[in-house]
Amino acid sequence: MNQDSRHIAIAGAGHAGGSAAAMLRQLGWTGAITLIGEEPLPPYQRPPLSKAWLTGEATAESLALRPAKFYPGATIDLRLGIRVIGIDRAAKTVALSDGETLSYDYLILALGARARRLPLPGAELEGMLELRSATDADRLKSALHPGARLAVIGGGYIGLEAAASARKLGVEVTVIERESRVLARVACPILSEFFQTFHRAQGAAIEVGAEVAAFEGLDGKIAGVRLGDGRLIPCNAALIGVGAVANDELARETGLTCHNGIAVDLAARTDDEAIFAIGDCTSRPLPLYDRMCRLESVPNALEQAKQAAAQICGKPPPTPEVPWFWSDQYDLRLQIVGLPFDTTEIALRGDVAAGKFALFHLTGEGTVQAVEAVNSAPEFMGGRRIIARRKRLTRARIEDMSVSMQELAS
Amino acid sequence: MPRITYIEHNGTAHAVDVPVGKSVMQGAVENNVPGIDADCGGECACATCHVYVDAVWLGIVGLPPTGSQEASMLSFAAVTQPDSRLSCQIPVTNALDGLVVRMPEGQH
Repeated sequence: MNQDSRHIAIAGAGHAGGSAAAMLRQLGWTGAITLIGEEPLPPYQRPPLSKAWLTGEATAESLALRPAKFYPGATIDLRLGIRVIGIDRAAKTVALSDGETLSYDYLILALGARARRLPLPGAELEGMLELRSATDADRLKSALHPGARLAVIGGGYIGLEAAASARKLGVEVTVIERESRVLARVACPILSEFFQTFHRAQGAAIEVGAEVAAFEGLDGKIAGVRLGDGRLIPCNAALIGVGAVANDELARETGLTCHNGIAVDLAARTDDEAIFAIGDCTSRPLPLYDRMCRLESVPNALEQAKQAAAQICGKPPPTPEVPWFWSDQYDLRLQIVGLPFDTTEIALRGDVAAGKFALFHLTGEGTVQAVEAVNSAPEFMGGRRIIARRKRLTRARIEDMSVSMQELAS
Repeated sequence: MPRITYIEHNGTAHAVDVPVGKSVMQGAVENNVPGIDADCGGECACATCHVYVDAVWLGIVGLPPTGSQEASMLSFAAVTQPDSRLSCQIPVTNALDGLVVRMPEGQH
């Protein structure tokens, strides 16, 4: 490999960056690869952090994307505890936080996203938590002992998954959501209602339409969340899960186009042909929906890692994928495929009361744009195929359980 | 340690040693074998670790139980065959030393 003097620098060693490094080797890149990560750990999987990691069912080893010995074995120079602090596009160099400067032939920005902060009184109290990294998860885990009280600010995926894990550990949980329903940004009202009911039945309190006014402390430590209506929710820890912000500052500073994420094309290229961007930090085209979108998901990180690696190695682009997401809460498996843009109608297939159903989102012409499936793998998988083929279906046919998913998807 | 051979759709074979207790999917990912995407990390949620189990081994590996999550996922995966499995659902045991699995044309 020493014959090839080219160098790829990858800024960010999360799921996207780690996967890009591995895929470059799979596709035969023989030049050098430097993988630069701010966290002390080699690339690891984040999805279990709110689930199996909190409940003690995952280990550091099972969390790792690949074993530590993989990186030297694949001649990937993994630099941990370091971040890229500047890009010089003219010189094709990056400045690192340890003072070093690296030149690159290609630069891949896999900078991720960070938890959105709430600029409210008391936000600096001890016991105020967020959940993005393994360090965050360890901090949360240490607060989850039986009898403890956890306030979760934000009823999104992270908040609800953490709430479910906390309940399993015997923690008293209150979820505080500003909107009129949980999962307001990511799911339809039927699904929100179902999840609210389910979480409440598991003993979690859910406050919707509730504004947080302040975090109140005792001796510097969080003691309660003051709501806009004056009520105080007592707690020993407060988890803030109110969305994430793209880490696109480095790209902005160097003049790359950004709009809610670093703008890239279907080969994950930015407007500098030597610079690629992948994962949560990007705004990417979705040809199926004819628009740009920032997606926060592992499948998206992997797809873009593949796109970038294929483009750099001169290989055919990967098959376009329908975006998908999953969330496990208690014994519920939620799988969502597609995005419900421009939809006017929802078809319900299955039985909500039985906790086994799927919601199909249709446009006015009957094109299926998204499927939200609860404990319904065939609807999720069949939905994926239907969406990819832009198949049109009627609500009546979808809701007719005598028509099999195989028939609907064929 | 059991040795597993992964054969890419283009015929390229990768023989690697996989510790007992890992899944066949993890053996591929940890050794950077191309062709197994494993988007969901082994949760049986995505069907992107689809493999065909070599006929000689099918009796030992077995098929997913009817009505299982794996069977449901597989029935809609790309290019399924009667010997299809999701490799995240096959735990590696000493009895699988020598196992051969083949990859489909694509995982999506």
